[in-house]
Amino acid sequence: MTRFIIRRLLLTIPVLIGASLLIYAMVYALPGDPVRALAGDRPLSASVQAQIRADYNLDDSFPVQYGKYLWGLLHGDFGKDFSGRPVLETISQRLPVTVKLTIVAVVFETLFGITAGILASLRRNSFFDNLVLISTTMLVSIPVFVLGFLAQFVFGFKLGWFPIAGITDGWFSYLLPGLVLASLSMAYVARLTRSAMLDSFSADYVRTARAKGVGRTRIVLRHVFRNSLIPIVTFIGADIGSLLGGAIVTESVFNLPGLGRAIFDAVRSQQGPVVVGIVTMMVFFYIFFNLVADVLYAVIDPRIRYG
Amino acid sequence: MTDPSAAGAPLLTIRDLNIEFEVDKVWIPAVRGIDLDLAAGEVLALVGESGSGKSTLAMAIPGLLADNARLTGSIRLTGAELAGADEATLTEVRGSRVGVVFQEPMTAFNPVYTIGWQIIEAIQMHRDVSADDARARAVELLDLVDMPEPAKRMDYYPHQLSGGQRQRAMIAQALACDPALLIADEPTTALDVTVQAEILDLLRDLRTRVDAGILLITHDLGVVADIADRIVVMKDGAVVESGSSATLFSDPQQPYTRLLLASVPHLGSGKLSVAESAPPPEPTPPVPALSLRDATVEFKSGPRSTFRAVDAVTLEVGASEVVGLVGESGSGKSTLGKAAVGLVQLTSGSVHLAGIDITRLSQRGLRGPRAKVGVVFQDPGSSLNPRWPVGQAIAEPIALHTELTAAQRTARVDELLEQVQLSRSLRNRYPHQLSGGQRQRIGIARALALNPALVIADEPTSALDVSVQARVLRLLRELQAQHGFACLFISHNLAVVEELSDRIAVMRSGRLVESGPTESVLNSPTEDYTARLIAAVPVPDPQDQARRRELRLARAASE
Amino acid sequence: MGDPIERLQNSRLDAEGDEVAALVGQSSVWRDAWRYLRTNPLFLIGLAIMLVIIAMALLPALFARGIDPTDCDLSLSRQTPSAAHWFGMDLQGCDYYANVIHGARNSVMIGLISVIGVLIIGVLVGALAGYFGGWADSLLARITDVFFGIPLFLGALILLTVTATRSVWTVSLALIVFGWMTAMRLVRSSVVSIRENDYVLAAQALGASSGRILFRHILPNAVAPVFVYATIAVGTFISAEAALTYLGIGLQAPEISWGLQINVAQSLIGSSPHLLFFPALFLSVTVLGFILLGDALRDALDPKRR
Repeated sequence: MTRFIIRRLLLTIPVLIGASLLIYAMVYALPGDPVRALAGDRPLSASVQAQIRADYNLDDSFPVQYGKYLWGLLHGDFGKDFSGRPVLETISQRLPVTVKLTIVAVVFETLFGITAGILASLRRNSFFDNLVLISTTMLVSIPVFVLGFLAQFVFGFKLGWFPIAGITDGWFSYLLPGLVLASLSMAYVARLTRSAMLDSFSADYVRTARAKGVGRTRIVLRHVFRNSLIPIVTFIGADIGSLLGGAIVTESVFNLPGLGRAIFDAVRSQQGPVVVGIVTMMVFFYIFFNLVADVLYAVIDPRIRYG
Repeated sequence: MTDPSAAGAPLLTIRDLNIEFEVDKVWIPAVRGIDLDLAAGEVLALVGESGSGKSTLAMAIPGLLADNARLTGSIRLTGAELAGADEATLTEVRGSRVGVVFQEPMTAFNPVYTIGWQIIEAIQMHRDVSADDARARAVELLDLVDMPEPAKRMDYYPHQLSGGQRQRAMIAQALACDPALLIADEPTTALDVTVQAEILDLLRDLRTRVDAGILLITHDLGVVADIADRIVVMKDGAVVESGSSATLFSDPQQPYTRLLLASVPHLGSGKLSVAESAPPPEPTPPVPALSLRDATVEFKSGPRSTFRAVDAVTLEVGASEVVGLVGESGSGKSTLGKAAVGLVQLTSGSVHLAGIDITRLSQRGLRGPRAKVGVVFQDPGSSLNPRWPVGQAIAEPIALHTELTAAQRTARVDELLEQVQLSRSLRNRYPHQLSGGQRQRIGIARALALNPALVIADEPTSALDVSVQARVLRLLRELQAQHGFACLFISHNLAVVEELSDRIAVMRSGRLVESGPTESVLNSPTEDYTARLIAAVPVPDPQDQARRRELRLARAASE
Repeated sequence: MGDPIERLQNSRLDAEGDEVAALVGQSSVWRDAWRYLRTNPLFLIGLAIMLVIIAMALLPALFARGIDPTDCDLSLSRQTPSAAHWFGMDLQGCDYYANVIHGARNSVMIGLISVIGVLIIGVLVGALAGYFGGWADSLLARITDVFFGIPLFLGALILLTVTATRSVWTVSLALIVFGWMTAMRLVRSSVVSIRENDYVLAAQALGASSGRILFRHILPNAVAPVFVYATIAVGTFISAEAALTYLGIGLQAPEISWGLQINVAQSLIGSSPHLLFFPALFLSVTVLGFILLGDALRDALDPKRR
């Protein structure tokens, strides 16, 4: 098992480096002036431009540039905004909010999605099953930001059940945004669970379990669900990426001071380096969580562990 | 403990059983009006080809049919009526009074739990015992089925065991609660022949140690001859004939039974005889059609390790000669066949096709030699492109290697279809519209399209029903006699190989163990492995098989 | 924001081989599928939606009854729906109905361009990786892993941040650059499983060239799963573009886009909800149409259904 973890870790490192290289190349190596590109319409004096070029080593050759950039990343240098404030500062301030939001979203996604999926698969073609299928299809079609407004308007403003914005109510203020953020993923998890369960129902080992006299409930939970867990866990791990992207919108709609909101503001105020810096951090988190999901996958599936 | 010949109390009584399946709102009968009796301590074999309904019948007993099935009739097990019983009753019966052994142990076990866990589950479903007692009993069961190191194997996952060990574990699980009836659905079909012999020994041995009656479902008449007391032959859902093993084999009444028995390749019956019309022998000895010298094929099996699929094999197939290449799974015989056509690169050694060295030729260089070799594959389901009409598949070699016009190609395709005894009208059909046997004939037609000097047939009949297999083999034999091509016939089935081959070569773990004229290899093998392989093949004749079995067990005991 | 469900289904690259193989098996697959589809209500709804939206994109003037979306009168700003102006007026006093209809064009174009781009790259790279295997496959797998490390939305976000012009083409490019991987894995998985079939081996034994084998034997049989994915992906990409535009990083004014309309409407949700409602409705229904289509196709092509 440890060997598996080490192997996975070793495979993750080139991915991390590759991703950072890709981001760096996009920002700093494409034709055109990167400083201009990052600044957008913002007017910059010649001296400020020169300062930025020096800060980002833009006058060095590309490998050197990238090397220094990577070195900086490893030391927590995620760039600076146009007033000289390090992005890392913004990140550390805003990170806790996004973490909480993501946790709430994952909990909702897992709890509701899996439960709905299991129940739908057990009562195939029933009213409940069709309800699940229709509602998940619709949830998947409605963009997160629209859902955000609607939820905020209906449940926050009109019904007053939840705070409309901000984090003043502690964990409670994360409930509605978390639910909104989780909606798309929840729909996918429900459908995936349903189809994985249905597939497993027709597996040979289920027939064997029936032949042994195992009761229906036990078959569903300990045989079918246990095997269906494998694709579900893999999916949830991979899906964190879309949660991070969705957080940008959700935090803006509900005015949560997290990383997503920071990106939103930075886009608005054309602070290119901030956008790049925070997104880079998010990408690192994402790759890390994929690794965790991979390991979890090995824990669940002995064929991977003792392959 | 139990005398198999004594008339035991009737254990299982089936009367007028009918089973239908609903497909697209139509009810299709699968089993019709079956009457069946099984006594305690008896082994009853249900024999039939695919579609005969034998598996459906067996699965109906513990109520394991699919949701779209309905049955009428009576199934009485130790007095209790099972047909139409409610789910609670059936759940109680399953495992405790009926145990089932399935065909594919790899998929029949849950891959995420250890086999120990799964056997313990079988025990705890019906017995109120503590966890420790259940575990002890599970180890006992594994010991009963001759599992090596049973206590250790308890904690193994299914994928960590060999095929034979998995099947033993499956048998142990089925016996966990001392069921009165053991249903074994093709229990040895997925196993190598030597492993099959061991499992059959085990099953026969269990009869004396355990009181269960065994219902064996199989298509293999050799297996039946080895182990069954009574036989029921099924076709299209109905019983064709039934009787004791001895009488059925020696004096079959029904035409279908006779057909089945005639179609099964019987080891020791020599080559299939057909009218010889081969061209007169050459005055000077011709170049061998295929010649492998010290051929070795290695594959990468990890970052640093290599796996030797073929190990220094030297083999020749003379012009017009049929060589049977025999081996169990993993022997490397298929890899060797592929190497002969350049589909797999040799790591060392050489391959000559009709005298031309193809060992290091490029893909382009291989085109010429390949035009003179035809290949027939095992799986009729995947050997033809599903989106091409079969005529196009047959014509592909012609299109690739000759300049014939479309009309000429069509004429040639018609000619070939006739040679494989298929109607010309099939030319524009798609593979899924044809039966397995027909598809295999198309494969043969394609192989013969360019009048090859050498045909390589890789398990061409293994996926076919017995009667279909017999016809296809006969066809191959006739074509070979007619055209005089050389043939490398690869198979795991010794009896099948015997029917066609002039010489036999035996492979094991990549090495060539023995080779020589068919008769001498089969009657007086020089190598131990060959002898064991031959001894393990069950022949469809109970007395013959009993004698062979005694000899085999005596040899094994004395080693 | 990417389609992780598809990504998941192909993250275990060769495990799905059996399913894929079964899916690509029969030549009458399409005929069977059509028979199933033409009576399937969800398919018909999805098809209807798709056709209407595409027609809207091609002939916006026709649907907008000839009203010019840029013909604005500031004094009519934020008027609610009426007989003359079905969707009311927007912030600038322009006919909202015409604007919403015209918004279809950009969305559909981006959706289609992105999917075509993704398919081209995905099929090319996936087929090469799947057929030739070996070091080419490993290299391509590593590259795919790197791209997979950057989620679609985030990657497009960065790329668009540093791009000066934000047009339909640049937005599509951003989506293609970070969205091709799923199609690649699907194609690769298909090709790997089909490659194992004996008819491919037979063609190789006959001496057919790799190109011939790929084009005449493998790809025609590998198409089905990618087809399903592509249909759903159109919806996904349209949704992603709307989100990017809403954030301010996609299309910019004076382009007409549902994302822009929603962006403007969000702060006015209390006073003029119609400004949010209509573009949001059209956007959701469009995405819904493609998803229904894709789902129905997947069910139709599902071998287990038969």
